[in-house]
Amino acid sequence: MNKLKILFNGILKENPTFVLVLGMCPTLGVTTSAFNGFGMGVATTFVLLMSNALISLLKNFIPDKVRIPAFIVVIATFVSIVDLLIQGFVPALGESLGLFIPLIVVNCIVLGRAEAFASKNTVFDSMLDGIGMGLGFTLSLTVIGAIREILSSGSIFGYTFLPASANILVFVLAPGAFFVLGFVMAFIRHLQKSNEH
Amino acid sequence: MSKKESTLTNMIVSLALIAVLAAAALAGVYLLTKDSIDNVQAQKKQSALNAVLPGFDGSIVPVPTTVPGDKDPVTVNVAVTKDNTLFGAAVETYTNKAFGGTFTLMVGFDVNGNILGTEVIKASETPGLGDKINKNKSNFAEQFVNMNPSASNFDLKVKKDGGEVDAITAATISSRAYCDAVNRAAMAFQGVKEIALPKVLPNLKIESNNAPVEIEAEEKGADNE
Repeated sequence: MNKLKILFNGILKENPTFVLVLGMCPTLGVTTSAFNGFGMGVATTFVLLMSNALISLLKNFIPDKVRIPAFIVVIATFVSIVDLLIQGFVPALGESLGLFIPLIVVNCIVLGRAEAFASKNTVFDSMLDGIGMGLGFTLSLTVIGAIREILSSGSIFGYTFLPASANILVFVLAPGAFFVLGFVMAFIRHLQKSNEH
Repeated sequence: MSKKESTLTNMIVSLALIAVLAAAALAGVYLLTKDSIDNVQAQKKQSALNAVLPGFDGSIVPVPTTVPGDKDPVTVNVAVTKDNTLFGAAVETYTNKAFGGTFTLMVGFDVNGNILGTEVIKASETPGLGDKINKNKSNFAEQFVNMNPSASNFDLKVKKDGGEVDAITAATISSRAYCDAVNRAAMAFQGVKEIALPKVLPNLKIESNNAPVEIEAEEKGADNE
């Protein structure tokens, strides 16, 4: 497979949020603002890249029957490393993401890529896949976060441009996350369909 | 290299090796980040302390205490001015009633128990809702300044429960928890001021210009002679 194709696979064709619909917990939970979505995406990208690389490296060493626990240990280790690094060196980001960082462990997209891609492909391809999937995830979360932030607080990346009277509270709450996700997903499906014809 | 067979030995060996490597990597990163994380926490505490005691210049004496009915202690950082007079205290308090488990606050009091300021030290409230307890997200915390919890018998409440505090929209639980933490801080300060301080700092001058706490509610207009 073409290397570029692997990289862009995660951004468009198999976008984890809008096409694979994996990792919905952080997608709905942290996207209250564009910055939160972006930060979560970057942290997940790092974990995806590292876990894909290591799992691909270890794929012949891990017997099939215990591969899932082995993958989970690898993923959990990287998540804890990211958590510690963020707390130590970027405390502001740690404050806004808070308890969502440990939740990357159970983000289906990380285990999903380990199982579906990294355990069958070379290290380099797996890293490309990790970056691509991570970028796709970051992009989706930032888009959802931006839409919710504009609708709920009239600002984007913390820069306010609408008066408070134009704020729609529901979009910062969980139902708003479902609305935005649904509409963006429908829009992307529509684009894909019209491309196919 | 071909794939390992799923024999019992292979499975045990590979899982054990992965677990050992993971533990070693984590231990390394923990040691690497420990100082930095501790620094961040200490800095946060220090800046919170400065923020809730505006205009204070002197020494801080930490006195741990436990409010009756609580399991965990709170720290009353007694603020003593240079001429050995009680300025007030910055109380490191907490609440277990928060939406995201526990959060810790720093609450500053003057010598009479009036709130000088509040600051969030550590909280994991819902982003966009409960996290408005943070000063940079909304002005919820500012309304506590100049309130005196001892006047309402340490029972500050949100308006929904018949109190005076304006709750954050859609985050009543976080607002209630904030009141709970502030009440705990006020009780701790009161307790330390009356019982522990005379023992810890016997030479301390306490210049209270308020009427005694019990009748303060009635005489609110008559204090500050």
